Amino acid sequence: MAAPMKATVTVTLKNGVLDPQGRAIESALKGLGFEGVGDVRAGKIVELELADGTSRETVEAMARQLLANTVIENFRIEMP
Amino acid sequence: MKAAVIVFPGSNCDRDLADAITKVTGTAPQMVWHAEPTLPEGLDFIGIPGGFSYGDYLRSGAMAARSPVMQAVVQAAGEGRTVLGICNGFQVLTETGLLPGALMRNAGLNFVCREVRLEVVNSQSIFTSRYAAGETVTIPVAHHDGNYFADEDTLNRLEGEGRVAFRYAEPVNGSARAIAGILNDTGNVLGMMPHPERLIEDAQGGTDGRRMFEAVQAALG
Repeated sequence: MAAPMKATVTVTLKNGVLDPQGRAIESALKGLGFEGVGDVRAGKIVELELADGTSRETVEAMARQLLANTVIENFRIEMP
Repeated sequence: MKAAVIVFPGSNCDRDLADAITKVTGTAPQMVWHAEPTLPEGLDFIGIPGGFSYGDYLRSGAMAARSPVMQAVVQAAGEGRTVLGICNGFQVLTETGLLPGALMRNAGLNFVCREVRLEVVNSQSIFTSRYAAGETVTIPVAHHDGNYFADEDTLNRLEGEGRVAFRYAEPVNGSARAIAGILNDTGNVLGMMPHPERLIEDAQGGTDGRRMFEAVQAALG
């Protein structure tokens, strides 16, 4: 039996939205001695197992209605 | 005044809110579980309490905003019923789209739990008529995601239309324009991060929150 179809939705903060977590990660990396770290942005990844034939439009609707808050976040979909 | 308090899995201020309503109005609200697809008949007032609905999974308020009962709350708000969202309740209201903007992680990353001074900006609303514009009141906050964000146009519109109800009078969480609470465009929905239900009698250390419930009762009877 074939593996189920998968989609990956990556959610990131929009440009211009301050990211306090990214800021904290950035300063922690610098604290560990890593040099040359510029702006750091944190986001999330949602992996979905889907019935074969699920359309990209359906996944987009999922992202828009729940997975991302489009007031503050962008999303990117990867699927076969 | 016929009131209801919505209860989500993870709400933890629902009984405080119910107590405040009961003590000020003399009538206990109905507690409505998140899975209910409908609200009790003839409600005047709906309270959405603080807490960590659905464990704050995905984003604070995101799952609660898609729960069956919230579809009924959105409809009731559209019919002009009075809705107050406190703390997580404010987050839920922005996630439903009843209020604009979003509440993000506090700029300092810390959970902030203390009394803060607030400036009353709009004293003309159903919720704030017992306060004076420009008055400073002290009301506790307890949140991790209270950093209000909206784009510049939205912020300008909120201010221009008198929809900022409260502002922080001291640094708290990095909120845009120090916004602590906002009204919808018809004035019947208020979302705020501070907890007025925690200051309704002297035993709680003050009564600055009580006047909000008195104002709502005076408006709704």
